Amino acid sequence: MPTSLNINGQTHMVDVPDGTPLLWVIRDELELTGTKFGCGVSACGACTVHVDGEPVRSCQTYVEDVEGTEITTIEGVASEVASAVKQAWNELNVVQCGYCQSGQIMSAIGLLSENRTPTFDEIENYMWGNACRCATYQRIRAAVQRASEILEA
Amino acid sequence: MTTQITRRSFLKSVSALSGAALVVGFDAGNALAGAGNASEFTPFVRISADGKVTALIKHFECGQGTATGLATLIAEELNLPLEQVEAEFAPADAAKYGNILFGGIQGTGGSTAMANSYMQYRQAGAAAREMLVAAAAEAWGVPADSVALADGQLTAGGNAAPIGDFVASASARDVPATPRLKDPSEFSVIGNPDTRRRDNGPKTDGSAVYAMDLHLENQIVAVILRSPRFGGTLTSFDDSAAVDVPGFIRAVALPTGAGALVYGVNTWAALQARDATVAEWDYSQADNRGSDQIKADLLAAVNADAEFDAKGSAAETAELLDGAAQVIERDFFFPYLAHATMEPLTCTIAPTETGVMLYDGCQMPTGAQMALAAVLQIPQENVEVTTLYAGGTFGRRSTQTADYHVEAALAFALNGGQQPVKLVWSREDDIRGGYYRPAVAHKVRVGLDEGGRIVGWDHRVTGKPIFKGGPWDAFIVQNGVDSSSVEGVHDTPYDIPGQHVGLTDDRSPITVNWWRSVGHSHTAYVMETMMDMAAAAAGRDPVEYRMEYLNGGTADQVRMAGVLRLVAERSGWNGPLAEDRSRGVAVHKSFGTFVAEVVEISGDAEDGIVIEKVTCAVDCGVAVNPDVIMAQMESGIGYGIGHVMRNEITFTDGEVDQFNFPDYEPLRISDIRAIETHIVNSTEPPTGVGEPSTPPSGPALANAIAVAGPRVTHLPMAANGVRFF
Repeated sequence: MPTSLNINGQTHMVDVPDGTPLLWVIRDELELTGTKFGCGVSACGACTVHVDGEPVRSCQTYVEDVEGTEITTIEGVASEVASAVKQAWNELNVVQCGYCQSGQIMSAIGLLSENRTPTFDEIENYMWGNACRCATYQRIRAAVQRASEILEA
Repeated sequence: MTTQITRRSFLKSVSALSGAALVVGFDAGNALAGAGNASEFTPFVRISADGKVTALIKHFECGQGTATGLATLIAEELNLPLEQVEAEFAPADAAKYGNILFGGIQGTGGSTAMANSYMQYRQAGAAAREMLVAAAAEAWGVPADSVALADGQLTAGGNAAPIGDFVASASARDVPATPRLKDPSEFSVIGNPDTRRRDNGPKTDGSAVYAMDLHLENQIVAVILRSPRFGGTLTSFDDSAAVDVPGFIRAVALPTGAGALVYGVNTWAALQARDATVAEWDYSQADNRGSDQIKADLLAAVNADAEFDAKGSAAETAELLDGAAQVIERDFFFPYLAHATMEPLTCTIAPTETGVMLYDGCQMPTGAQMALAAVLQIPQENVEVTTLYAGGTFGRRSTQTADYHVEAALAFALNGGQQPVKLVWSREDDIRGGYYRPAVAHKVRVGLDEGGRIVGWDHRVTGKPIFKGGPWDAFIVQNGVDSSSVEGVHDTPYDIPGQHVGLTDDRSPITVNWWRSVGHSHTAYVMETMMDMAAAAAGRDPVEYRMEYLNGGTADQVRMAGVLRLVAERSGWNGPLAEDRSRGVAVHKSFGTFVAEVVEISGDAEDGIVIEKVTCAVDCGVAVNPDVIMAQMESGIGYGIGHVMRNEITFTDGEVDQFNFPDYEPLRISDIRAIETHIVNSTEPPTGVGEPSTPPSGPALANAIAVAGPRVTHLPMAANGVRFF
């Protein structure tokens, strides 16, 4: 039976078996490929999306569990916090290979949405699960702080 | 990687009109040219009639900033803000875009992109500038030297016009043989610290397309069930349970014996179907050892006489050590390491009218083309390549066997060759799939005289060679020595008297590959640990002691001493240190670039260490994009430190013990609290920055730990007595 998903404000009917990870529906069925496959076991954060505004790992979120929720991907995220985060990422040239950055940005938006002035340690704790093999961490930390400044200005 | 410049890069002149655009590049003889002689012409810059400037990027972008760097060179010579130069990946064509440092093969590696392109792109940009200026001068009837070009506008006295107005007339002119390049004092784009990366936008809004993101019409996905042991071959498989997986298409044995291809309508279907497929393997030719045995075998080999001599003589050095006042001696062990690129390996092959199109974050297009042509039995020129963003490489997206390209070609062919097939590796495939940084052992004995000065240095290395037996064997292997196993030791800039470097090959079937900084990933650790131990044995300061071996006056020594001095100054090396803190230093040359690092830690090995700060000094010649250089230093430091802290690929009965990130734990945001990079002002030609900060990072950390704790010579540290917070 098709599942109804609300993604980025649009309703999509998808016909996939129960137990299919949301990640693969987003990427392979809907072709919203900004959400990345990195590990499949919730250990790297590259697949992070928002479900009802909260960051979740879409590789370990099953499609039947998110019917009736509001799902937001990197392509659809739009808020004061989101634009501050993207501006900060650009100012500080955070990206390198860039493959993890959708997930980093979705997590950073999650953090700043609940805490607009995180401390150094709060940033590290919240962002810990988002791996970056290019090790852009120094700039991620600084960009979250910069986004916080933009929001507080 | 040792490289030789095999093609000259000089200028001659040709020019022509290509549609309504001014296109400048090089002809087959490496002379500056316009677009007239299309079959033998390599475009580097294109200016269209609307004035849009495009730099054609011949290297791939894996995060190292190549697109930004090469566009910078064009922008500089055309007096344009960088934002106004588009960057477009050039198609695969070795005849046109061969890397001059790889003997004409198109590829990216060994941190060569900027070294290779610095003059070529500037010359092309400068030629285009002179042609536009000459066209405007002629039209306005004024001397060329009165015409200025800036921000896309040509001006002379009361005349002014956008460059697009003169594209047609400029492209009809001869290309100047030797356009005047800007003097470094005139640079405004090169060296600008405020440069924004060109790929910031698409990489922060999800629109950047990586090979993993490709969706072609009618495409299917293939995954491979591979032998759990290296050297194992498939004897049979049973896919009867896979039939129940929705979207499963079929499973087919690979003719190579390497495993079974499992096809699905999409990625999840293919992965699920593979999980449901059971295979039997023949392990008679496999490496069935466990890690303890592998390590013991390597250490035994390195303690025996070396198979090959890379430098000096064992007997002469032994005599010097016999006469030494003291000999310090250590063995070292480095585990296999996976590259673990953030984007797992993938590529797609689709049929075209004459052959195939490869969609790939392609590091070595020529190698991939050759592999596809061989497997599919079509002419190489009928293999086209579309280069997409690569989600990291660290060396993994290029192997001498073109491993995943061959797999994709087989998957395409065994499906009938009429339908696009995307080959996907999972993270488990990546961690368990080989092409590792080889496991390596070193044994070093350093003799000191009564004053603590080095009198002899016996250095033996054992590991599986990377180049031997491969396509570059003839360039890299000399007298049996694969230089990638000993680089950084036998060619160290230090004046080390009485040095013998011996090498013994390991011959395990476990596949190995270059891994960020290649041999330097282990040799720097050994060299800089031993230098620190020698300094300690001599009762000397580690920086001062190293300086004494860098005062022979060679250019390399001057530059290596330069970064060492700078890092000491900027890290406060001689200044006070809080009570529970320690500092360690290391310096190393790799890929023509000199990097020194000081790591400052708090805590101790037993109770837990925090890496508080890494200070880095780099000399990479002209700093084309300072912020990109800093980013690469940060990246290489993180990569190096993360792996020496806790990463290893281990084996039980020939099978890899690790599966995924939870047991191949990547560096995390909290592991290094700060990194600070300082760039040496230099007018030397630019050298690479993607790898050289990795080698000194591990030993600088080890040297900091050793100040008040153990001297760690077997890696990773976390498995050898060091706790990290």
